[in-house]
Formats: sequence, structure tokens, C-alpha cells
Amino acid sequence: MRTLLLLALKNVRGAGLRTWLNVATLSFGFVTIVWMQGIYEGMMRQMVTAQIDTEYGGGQFWHKAFDPFDPLSFEDAHGEPGDALKKLVAEKKATPILLRTGAIFPNGRAQSVVLRGIEPTQEIVQIPGGVLLREGEALPGLIGKRMAEATGLKKGDTVTIRWRDVSGTFDATDVEVVEVMNIAVPGLDAGQLWLPLRTLRRLIGSAEATTLFVTEKGYVESHIEDPNFVWKNNDFLLSEERAIFESKKAFGYILYVILMAMGLLAVFDTQVLSIFRRRREIGTLMALGVTRSEVVGLFTLEGSLHGVLALFAGALWGIPILAHAAKIGIGLPKMSDNMGIAIGARLYASYAPQVLVVTLCVLLCSVVVVSFLPARRIAKMRPTDAIRGKG
Amino acid sequence: MKGLHVLLLILSLVHTSMGAELTATQILEKIDKNQVLDHAIVTAKMVIHGRAGTRTITSKSWSEGKDKSFSEYLSPAREKGKKMLKLGDKLWSYTPEPHDRTISISGHLLKQSVMGSDLSYEDFMNNDSMVSDYDAKLVGKEKIEGRDCYVLELTAKRDGVSYARRKIWVDTERFLPVQSDMMAKGGKLLKRALIRESMRVGSRWYPKSMHFKDMLSTGGGTEYHVESIDLKTSIPAQKFTKASLRK
Repeated sequence: MRTLLLLALKNVRGAGLRTWLNVATLSFGFVTIVWMQGIYEGMMRQMVTAQIDTEYGGGQFWHKAFDPFDPLSFEDAHGEPGDALKKLVAEKKATPILLRTGAIFPNGRAQSVVLRGIEPTQEIVQIPGGVLLREGEALPGLIGKRMAEATGLKKGDTVTIRWRDVSGTFDATDVEVVEVMNIAVPGLDAGQLWLPLRTLRRLIGSAEATTLFVTEKGYVESHIEDPNFVWKNNDFLLSEERAIFESKKAFGYILYVILMAMGLLAVFDTQVLSIFRRRREIGTLMALGVTRSEVVGLFTLEGSLHGVLALFAGALWGIPILAHAAKIGIGLPKMSDNMGIAIGARLYASYAPQVLVVTLCVLLCSVVVVSFLPARRIAKMRPTDAIRGKG
Repeated sequence: MKGLHVLLLILSLVHTSMGAELTATQILEKIDKNQVLDHAIVTAKMVIHGRAGTRTITSKSWSEGKDKSFSEYLSPAREKGKKMLKLGDKLWSYTPEPHDRTISISGHLLKQSVMGSDLSYEDFMNNDSMVSDYDAKLVGKEKIEGRDCYVLELTAKRDGVSYARRKIWVDTERFLPVQSDMMAKGGKLLKRALIRESMRVGSRWYPKSMHFKDMLSTGGGTEYHVESIDLKTSIPAQKFTKASLRK
């Protein structure tokens, strides 16, 4: 075995440029695939973290009529909680949010808006509600950067909003933008205006109205039974984001296949050419008493060594790049906001060890298989023909 | 003595013929008498002056009381064939192309804008009685659009009326609200409706040309012109069924 290994190493080294081209192609495929997986993993991790920190907390209690995909449902999706939920709020383990649809008129242009009422002093979600404690002539309002760009509003501007109260009567007032926040979750930013909860409740004419409660991070589901509110855990809340992420990941798989096909095709091609050109050597080895399976093994080993060398080469030039993607991250263009998932301004790659090991194993196994497939032909060769360069 | 009786009788007749001052409620009743229709078939043109340009939509509507209304868009080509049925606070919208589709929409859509105009579905299909919705106070007389008008301040009698307060200028002769300012609960002016031309329909006066303006936005408003109105032809009950949307 040791002799075979030394012989294979000698042959691989002797192949010169051909070997290094194969190694370069394979290592490019390896590093790119690991990098892409890291990017997807990082994207998913950032998205989940942002959603939990700013929106979902440890899960939510929804009003039974609430459908986040149907703004028309917001009109009826509010109610008064039972004692158990009130206790949770009093213990600061949950915070109430009220959603209401309305219209905003920046520069006299009517736009739909979701009015979001939040307790300014809450610490459950990372929304800078404290700025809403400011008092002035106009009501204090908080918007995100995307909303600011879409409406042309900036800090200190005053804008008119219009809404309907619980009985359906129109009302309107002026709101002063007291802060423009930078928030990763587009759903909490685009088309959203944050107001103090008590103010919004007063505006709609319902003192206890709540659309949903966000529980603190790490909240252990305590099976609170409430006639108006139903529990939604994070598995449920994140299912949409995960579905978006999986669809994006599926596109990545196509790229993996293309990248690997390039590398594996190069190895396969090298193996076929090598067996054709080294028929005399194969015949001689057989004549000297090397078994067919040992010759097949030799050629498979030679091919597989490309994979091993590619791993080392990939590690050499790839690790700095992969580490850079994980530590410094990649700046995202503005248009990435339109992807509909919460990532932020920079994307940091994340490499899960088990995913890394499985990926590399699959890649190496693929190299072994494509090295072996052409080598099977050797088993059918007759030594006499092979020595004469036939077969 | 007899002469005095005759004089009093004459004075009384003169006072009656000159018209005793009407109360605010009586004025509203007279408006309702003009505007609240038992049933009507109206062909109208709506000109929407939006920020992106001007669009003209013609439609034909059949209405009965305040709860039943059926509308069909006649032009432009892209809107032609679209239909709407309102029964109480429910609304169905039918679109023939690209998919033959009827959508049932909750009552909230009634509060949304019709085709980007300054009118909500509620405004568009409204046939509510002013007397039943508002308490009125007569605050004076003014001349608006060349017409002598009573000025009335209205306050909603109950919750759920779209506009909590209104100020209307009512033609003293025709009893049509020449100008209506619709206000939010907090007093902000939200919408203004002007009757620019009115017409005789049988024994009543009816708006022929109106202008609606959302006062919070900077668009040019929406003109509404009644091209024909038929108050005599009875409408078959079948018209106000979902089946008629696909016909």
C-alpha cells in the first residue's frame, strides 16, 4: 500500500502542469462551495437573530383575527387580553403592540401606512421606542430608513396621518418624525410608522386594544389560554423567512453542481487520458505481478490525490478569504433590501463545523468516484496487448 | 274689526308665502328629499386628476335604497366590463380579464379609494340620509358659487359615520349642498365636495356636476358628471345578485 501511495505521488508530481490545473480547478470549486454555504448559513443566522431581536422575541400571542399578510384584518384584530397575559406584561415578560392601517401624506402625496403602537419604555424588542417619550405640538413618530427614503421624510419633519377609529370614523392629525432608525427587518420599516402605544389607543378610541404581544427572548411557552389571543412560537413565526431562505439556497445547489462538475470533469478527463497514454506502463506492471485491482487502485489513488491536494491548496488560499467573509463581512448593495429578508448592511459568513465536514467529505468522495470510473477499464485489459500499446 | 282680521290674514299669508325661516333639520330633510333616491339608474363620468395625469372613467349604476348598488364600468377599455355589487356593508368586485374573477371583499374596502380617485367606495355608492346621520345647526347664510346658501354645521349622531363633522352650504332655493366640507373627529378638513351644476329631475333638484377633493393630498381632485339619470324605471331584484356580475 505504501509503495502504491509513493508511486501514485510520484506519478501525480510527474504529471506537472496537468496536475496543478486539476488541483486549481478543484480547489476553486471547494472554496467557492464552502464560501457559499457559509454565506447562506450566515444569511440565515443574521436573519433569525434580527427577526428575534426586533420582532418575534421569544414568540408572540396574536389576536385571533390577526393575519400579518392581510392589512385589512388589522381593523378588527385587536382586543383586550385576559389576566394571564396582563400579568405577563406587568412582569415585563411581554410587551403589547397595536397595528392599525391608515394613510400618510408626505408632501401632499397619499400613501398607505401601518401605524404601530409600542410601549416607549419596553425592552423586549430592539426598537428605540424611548424617543417617543418626547412631547411636542405634534405627536411623536418613529420611522425607519426605508420609510424615510420612500416618503422623503427626515428627522424633525411634520406629516399628516389619517386613520379610522374603532367605529370607522375618520380622524387625522400631525405627527413629527422624532427619529429615523436603522432597522434590519424590512417589514418593521417600509410603510410603517411607530407611535406611542397609549397615543395610538387614544387615537382609535380603545384604551386596551392590542393586536399582539411579543414575549421576551427565551420565553418558555407556558400554555396561556386566552379567549382573544393565540400563541405562535418562533418555529411558526420564522417559517416564512425559512421558506424564502430555502428557495434562495436551492439556487445555490445549482451553482454547486456546476462548480463541482467543472472540477470533476477535469479529473475524469485526466484519468481517461492517463490510462490511454500509460497502457504500456499498465501492461508492464501487470507482467511484473501487480494485480489488476492494485493497478486500478493505483490510478484511483492518483485521481483522488488531486482531491486531497486541492483540499490543501484550497485551505492555503481559501482560509484567508473565508475568514475575511466571516470577520469583516460583505457589504450589501441597497437593492438587497428588496429581497424581503432581514440581513442588514453587511453579511457575515458563518461556517457550521458539521456542514463543513459533510461538504468536504461529499466533495472528496465525488473525486474518488470519478477517479475510479475510468480506471475500471484497466480490469478488462490484457497485459500482452497493454505492453504493445493496444487495448 | 273685520278690517283688522282681514289685515292679519293677509299678513299671515304673505309671511307663509315668503317662507318662514327653516330649521336646520328641515333643511336636511329637504336635502334628503332631493338626494336620497328610492331607486335610480345613473350613467356618469368620473374624471380623476391625479399626480400621474388625468383619467376618465364612465360607469352605469343601479341603486335601490341605501343598501343595494350595482355598478358597471363602461370605459376606458382596460376598465370596461368591471362590475361592483354592494349589498349592505359587503362588496363584490368582478374583473372579466385576464381572469374571469369575482372577489368578495370585507367592508373595509368600502373605505378605500375608487380607482385612485378622491372618492371612496362608500362615497361613490352612498345614498344615506343626512337626517338620520347628523344633528345640524344653522349658523348663517353665505353666497357660494353664485348661489345663496344656508350654512349648516353637522355633527354625527352616532359612531361609525365616516365623517364626524361636516359643514355644508345649502342652496336656499334648490336645497342641494353646494359645498360640503368633511372633517375628521379632531377637526382637520379631509375632503371637500362642490356641486358645480345641478339639474331638474322630475320634482327634485339633483347634482349634475360635482368636484371632490381630498384636502390632505395635492392632486387635482375628481370630477363627477351625471350624464343621465332615470328614477322611473324599476330595477329587477335579480340585478342585485352575484349572478348578475357575470352577465
